[in-house]
Amino acid sequence: MVEAGAWWTLLAAPGLLVVLAALAVAGNAVLDARDAGRPVGVAGAVRPFLGVPRALVAQPRRLPAQDRLLWRTGVVTVPVAAVLSTLVVPFGGRVVADPSVGVVWFNAMEVLTWAGLWLAGWGPNAAFSLIGGYRFLAQGLAYELPLMFALISAATGAESLRVGDIAAAQDGLWYAVWMPVAFAAYLAGVLAFSFLGPFAYPAGRDLAGGVLGEVSGADRLLLQAGRWLWLASGAAMAVPLFLGGGAGPGLPSWAWSLVKTLLVLGLLVWVLRRLPVVRADRYVEFAWVVLIPLTIAQALVPALVNLGR
Amino acid sequence: MGTTDTVLLAALGVLAQVFGVLVFTLNSMARVTFSLLASLVCVGGVTAVLGLPYLGVVIVLMMVMEMVIMAVFMIAYMMNPAGLMPMSMLHNKRGALATSGIVFVALVAGIFFVPWPDRTASRPRDTTFQVGRALMAEQMLTMVILGFVLLATMVGATVLATHRGRYDRFGDDLDQRPAQDPAGGGVGR
Repeated sequence: MVEAGAWWTLLAAPGLLVVLAALAVAGNAVLDARDAGRPVGVAGAVRPFLGVPRALVAQPRRLPAQDRLLWRTGVVTVPVAAVLSTLVVPFGGRVVADPSVGVVWFNAMEVLTWAGLWLAGWGPNAAFSLIGGYRFLAQGLAYELPLMFALISAATGAESLRVGDIAAAQDGLWYAVWMPVAFAAYLAGVLAFSFLGPFAYPAGRDLAGGVLGEVSGADRLLLQAGRWLWLASGAAMAVPLFLGGGAGPGLPSWAWSLVKTLLVLGLLVWVLRRLPVVRADRYVEFAWVVLIPLTIAQALVPALVNLGR
Repeated sequence: MGTTDTVLLAALGVLAQVFGVLVFTLNSMARVTFSLLASLVCVGGVTAVLGLPYLGVVIVLMMVMEMVIMAVFMIAYMMNPAGLMPMSMLHNKRGALATSGIVFVALVAGIFFVPWPDRTASRPRDTTFQVGRALMAEQMLTMVILGFVLLATMVGATVLATHRGRYDRFGDDLDQRPAQDPAGGGVGR
């Protein structure tokens, strides 16, 4: 079982999330440096962070007839929802809160990104930006249901929506092993709600940056941070859902959580660089014709196993 | 219910009302849609505070998805989506005022005049399980039928709305492969 409610976890969870997201950015930058033939080292890893101070002091962009309130709301929503989602993600034996509906909470926070990104696209009163927002909704209609069925598979296996119970229920056999389709659909969902790699369509280069096209300065920093925070949060949630949480031989549970989270994060960073961007119209059909039937069949497996127990 | 919960309940209730009023007073359709979303999120919070966390969080989850998709249609079909000109969402003002006034008085009267039963059993620790039982145990048949009706409605509405049929896709003899679609899908049907 996990222990919830210590006051310091309220500070530690966002801190850890930021560190993990920064590690993912650094890892991505190192791979960038390798691909570009630059020396692989600390200089390559810190390269993306050199832009942070400049972004903080940059003048925010103003556009004619912008909807400033909605724009700022959308930009802030993405990283804030990512941080809120980690409140229910146990790390080792500790968690900020372990409500009886933890899985639904994570999903609800993830869906807030829909609203955030659409608003971030709508606010600046710019065509490319708006199209980027609409692209995320189209992508959302494709990735969301397989992701939900993946979450439902894990919850059905443990007969609980409490994340701590789901981690504890995988005693001996990880859900990733006997629910591989759900695990794969979940990881694809993580890349999709962080709109990175193959799912970078809303912020596509073919659209002059899409939702990122008009944001500048601190706003841009927040939106970019939101992507990587979501990637880190999704990787951290994969551990209790599919990889047995902090359970493991020898090491303490926090160390196992850290190792597993870093492995999932590393895998995601590697994958997001390997795959080309998928257009939403293509992915929607693939999701509805292939992924949804597969994930529904996957959700049936733990249901039948539990009935037969 | 403790003091914190009562304060939270009152604050969320008032906020839900405020955002509800904004729905009818703002000019921009995007702002109207997201005021309605904020109001419904507050309602989800009220439900969670009242001891039904599952329903509360699911309301937030569903309403965010629903209202964001609705924003697309509201902006596509309504006049003045960006609020650059004043507009009014009010229609049939006198009739609406009378109806809403009567409904409000009836509901408030109900609070005071209905003989509410006293709680006999102790409060369950986790209401999620009770909600699941209430919906899925005795009412399983209802839920299954409801599910099929909803699915049939969605499929039927889509079929009625699309102007292209299988002859447009596969040709007059239904032998044209791959299908001729305006936008190519991902699995090459």
